[in-house]
Amino acid sequence: MNTLLFFAGLKEAIGTDEVRLAAAGMTLGEVKEKVRSEYSLDQVNNCMMAVNEEFAPEDTTITEGDTIAFIPPVSGG
Amino acid sequence: MEKRCWITSEPLEIEDVTKRVIRREAGAVNTFIGTVREFTKGKRTLYLQYETYKEMAEKKLEQITKEMERQWPSADVVIAHRVGRLEITDVAVIIAVSTPHRNDSYEASRYAIERIKEIVPIWKKEHWEDGEEWIGDQKEVKPGVPLKEEIK
Repeated sequence: MNTLLFFAGLKEAIGTDEVRLAAAGMTLGEVKEKVRSEYSLDQVNNCMMAVNEEFAPEDTTITEGDTIAFIPPVSGG
Repeated sequence: MEKRCWITSEPLEIEDVTKRVIRREAGAVNTFIGTVREFTKGKRTLYLQYETYKEMAEKKLEQITKEMERQWPSADVVIAHRVGRLEITDVAVIIAVSTPHRNDSYEASRYAIERIKEIVPIWKKEHWEDGEEWIGDQKEVKPGVPLKEEIK
């Protein structure tokens, strides 16, 4: 299994900060599209993606146990 | 060794952060303090709520200090960011940089705050008298695609 993490506005829109998904073998882009269509949330498109706490390109293949984070536009400082 | 980068929900201590970069080789210590502003474009903020993906954010802060130490090898850097509910004038971020000469300390400090606003997973929600909104300042070339240097 894999853990998907949501933050800030995306977390509020989805209604939870964490979802479990069997994503091994999918690409990061496919996971992103799945979440976008499942929740009908175009704001997913504005997210950068991270795997195991590091930004990753969307052609990254997910492996068992990976943690996938949706990173909406950041606003620290 | 003392921590160089951290995120906390506790109030930040300016003196504590600054003194960590003071050393004999330095002739300049530059401390940038980011605070919560009351008015933005005429609109009054009541307070801010900061949220973070802490594990990743602390790694990204570490990455920024490494980038700085490559560009300014003589720089010593400490960065602390606060999260949770912050009131007007509260300190949200402190960047302390020491260098042998002042010019590098100014440049390196500026670099750090700009990078924080690009790659560190911290978000703030503005709370106004008539509503609230998550703010996103992210400077992306293309939505959803990290810059090359952000992928290592």
